Order: sequence, then structure tokens, then C-alpha cells
Amino acid sequence: MIMMQENFRNSPRDAALHVPAGAGGAVAGDNVAAMPPVKISVRGLDFHYGKFHALKDISIDIPEKRVTAFIGPSGCGKSTLLRTFNRMFEIYPEQRAQGQIVVDGENILDSKEDIARVRAKIGMVFQKPTPFPMSIYENIAFGIRLYERLPKAEMDARVEQCLRQAALWDEVKDKLHQSGTSLSGGQQQRLCIARGVAIKPEILLLDEPCSALDPISTARVEELLKELVRDYTVVIVTHNMQQAARSSDYTAFMYLGELVEFGDTATIFTRPAKQQTEDYITGRFG
Amino acid sequence: MIPLRAKRRAINAFNLGMAVLTTAFGVFWLGWILWTTLSHGIGAIHPALFTQDTPPPGSEGGGLRNAFVGSLILLGLALAIGVPVGVLAGTWLAEFAARRKLGGVVRFLNDILLSAPSIVIGLFTYAIVVDPSGHFSAFSGGVALALILIPVVVRTTDEMLRLIPVALREAAIALGTPYWKMVLRITWKAAASGILTGVLLGIARISGETAPLLFTALNNQFWSTDLSHPIANLPVVIFQFAMSPYENWQKMAWAGAFVAMAFILLLSVFSRLILKRGAPK
Repeated sequence: MIMMQENFRNSPRDAALHVPAGAGGAVAGDNVAAMPPVKISVRGLDFHYGKFHALKDISIDIPEKRVTAFIGPSGCGKSTLLRTFNRMFEIYPEQRAQGQIVVDGENILDSKEDIARVRAKIGMVFQKPTPFPMSIYENIAFGIRLYERLPKAEMDARVEQCLRQAALWDEVKDKLHQSGTSLSGGQQQRLCIARGVAIKPEILLLDEPCSALDPISTARVEELLKELVRDYTVVIVTHNMQQAARSSDYTAFMYLGELVEFGDTATIFTRPAKQQTEDYITGRFG
Repeated sequence: MIPLRAKRRAINAFNLGMAVLTTAFGVFWLGWILWTTLSHGIGAIHPALFTQDTPPPGSEGGGLRNAFVGSLILLGLALAIGVPVGVLAGTWLAEFAARRKLGGVVRFLNDILLSAPSIVIGLFTYAIVVDPSGHFSAFSGGVALALILIPVVVRTTDEMLRLIPVALREAAIALGTPYWKMVLRITWKAAASGILTGVLLGIARISGETAPLLFTALNNQFWSTDLSHPIANLPVVIFQFAMSPYENWQKMAWAGAFVAMAFILLLSVFSRLILKRGAPK
């Protein structure tokens, strides 16, 4: 709840408190700060839905172990950009991406790249909670079993660890074998986050994870992000500018398929370089 | 303002009245059919019905054991052939061909098959199974019923799978799940109760089919479980007995009709229960 009332100017400093010493230098409100190492490097990315040109020549560097937010009006391409990072578009034949997305030195858009390996490295959480039709325990174990064969005791420990990481353990520890769909919306979303981190990814993609949640659940998820960013590179798409201001370290503003401006969150929200960005964040359009 | 309101009320009352009347009209005939079957059938129900075979013309006593068992065998055959084909084809339509032209074509053809007159299916089966093999058989009856069952199962499987939110599929894919495993473990499971309901409704559909059996399983006066020979079955026995001049046969036809009706009623109630239990909370 505290997060909810916080002024956005405090947010980057707050996030920086969680950064391990020496891992990337100061981020707080300091626009000359050195960028932390790059985790995802996008170069010249174009994306088409059939004939519709949804992303136009996007180039962006997503910093490692930080929260990066994509903001912009509906249809600007922020979700589309997020979904290229794990090649999710691939299951739809009419969608295609051209360009480069380099993660750890490898271009994941290269079709020679094993897609299961790419996705194992990247967890994803969706707008609406998507618990699988199985027990809470199995929801977590399902992903782990895709990659590892663990004895029961170890699996139990992993499931507990993931649920703790998602701040859900205390609420579900007595009903692990009940259906995942029996939980509340906010709990389901945290279950999905737990499932996402269970496969030990390095990157966590969140596509408007709070838009279907009430304010209390939203605050819990936002708090959770600040915990998760110690271990993961987090990219979040959000419609909610306050949320971007509160919980991200870097913000990218997109408009009509183009990346208008990208920088540290404090700068974007206080001294944006482009007029368009300022118009959007001050609510003049969008 | 007031006259307008009165007019609206009058229109509302008229429409509501018509809706109630038409519903009552439909329910009236349905109730009459049920009542007739019940009143004629229940008196003819006795234990021998299930322990003795169909009696020769003009004689007293006897039962419908061979027809009940025959019908169950035909049903079993139809399910063994129709359910795997129907579920897999429906899965292909919903999961693998959803965005392809071919999928649309197959779905359209399936819808035509769904409403094909069952006598045509019987004739077709006669031409491809009975004629080449040289005689009527239980097997050909099972094939004919399977051909009626398949489009029902394809349709429900396809529809139930397409009701599963895209996000659920994407969530599984995002974990790195192979597509086939996602279908097997996630979408089939999420749609299981719907698919099962489709199968049960399909059983209800085929268990009363008579026309296709006339060309295929024919009928058998005697006890037989041989798949390569004609087999007794309830719909054809009811048809034959009801049309006969013998009072004993006529009574038995009513009893058979009653049992068939009760079977379908139970099946429908059962499938509703399953659907209700499996419905997303």
C-alpha cells in the first residue's frame, strides 16, 4: 500500500536501494549515470501483422537487472515489442519480425536459434492471470519438469521457493493441491509470476500484469517487482503512467510503432527531451 | 411522454405473451411424447425384458435382451471408431488449422456432414462396407453410427478448444513448452469436460438412429454377438414390433421406446452435471 501513495520522484532512488553495490552505479534521478550492462539489445527491428507495419526500425538497449517500462497509447506497439523478445509471435503465421534482438550475444530472431532455449531464459506474465487447469503445485512444477527431472523432495523445495519469491507461499501453503483457478485474481497473477520464475529465467516480461487487478493486488505485484529485479531483468508494459513512474528504473515511450524516447525514468517523467513525450505524460493526448 | 410509455408496455406485454405461448406450444408436444412413452412403456416393463430374447411372431412372453445388447455393441463400435477420429480431427481444426484456409474448408464440410440425413449415411455405408463384404453385419452398423457420431464430436471438440483463452496457450508456449505438449497437457485438460459432453450428446444422437441400421446391421431375431453377422438392435426392433399386428410385440416396442428414452434422459442429465462441474469458476 505504501507504494501506492509514493511520489514518483522517489521511485528510482528506492529501486536503486535494491541494486547490489557496485552492480551498476547510481540510477537515481541522475541523467548522466552510467548505464548498467545491456541484457537485450534490439537493432533495426521491424514487425508486421500481415500488411500492418506495427514496429518501425526499433533500436533499444534493455539494461540488465533493472525494471524497464514501455509506455504509450493503445496500439503504439509496446506489447508487440515485448512479444518479440521470446518470439511469441511465431505461433501466428501472419506475424513476422525482421531485425536483430541480441540476448547474451546471440540473435534470438535467427531461426537457427533453438526457440525452447530462448524461452527457457525468458519468463512471461500476461494481462489476465493464466493459471493452468491443474493444482497450484502442478502449475509451478509443470514448467520445471520441462527442463529438469527432480526427486520429489527437491521439487517440493523448488515449488516452495518459487511461491515464496512471488510472495504467495503464506497464502497457499495449506492448499497446494487445490486448483490454481480457485485463487483470487491477484493471487493467480502472483502464481503466474511464480511459474515464470520457476524455470530460472534471466529475463521476466510482464504485459500489463496489473490491468486486471485491484489496487491492493497491484501494489503487491509492484512490491514484488522490486524484489525480483535483484535477480532478473524485468521488462513491463503498462498503460498506467503512475505505475511506470513508481516501479521502473528506465522508461521507453512509444508512439505509432516508433520508439520516441528512452531514458531513465526520472528524466523521462520530469525533463523529457521530446515534446511528444511531455504531451503524453502530462495527459495532453493518449 | 405517457402515451409512449403505454405503447412500450403494450409492445412488451405482446412480445412476452408470444414468447410464453410459443414455449408452451413446444413444451406441450414434448410433454405429450414423454407421457405417451411413459404410460404405454412402464406397464410393459418387467424383468424378462432384460433376460429373454425377442419372441417369434404371435407368441407370448419373451424380452429384448438381444436388442439391448446388440445396441450396446453397436454403440461401443461407433465410440471406438468415432471418438478418437472426432477428437483428433477437432483438435487439428482448433489447434493446428485455426488460421489456415484448409481449416475453414474442413470445418464447413464437417458442418454439412453434421446435418446430412442419416439415411444417406446408411446408404453410403451399405455401398462401402455391406456390398463389398456381401452381407449385413454388426460391424457395418457400427461404422454407420460412427460416421454420424464423428461430425458431432469434431464440432464440439473444435468449439470447446477454441473457447480456451489464447493467453493460456501463450502462457504455456512462453515457458518453452512444445506445441504438442501444450495441447495434451493444457488445452485438452481445460476443455475436457466440454469434449466429454460432446461425446455424450453424440451418443444420445446415435442411440436412436434407425435408418442407417436398416442398411447395415439389419436385425436379428436371435442372440448374436458376432460382429460379422446381422445383429439385433433396439431402434429397428421397435420399428418392426410397433408396425406388427401382434399385441405382445406392440407392447414390447413401447417398453423398448421407454428404455431408450430413459437412457437418453440419464445421459443428458449426466452430461449437464459434468459440464457444470467442469465449468470455469
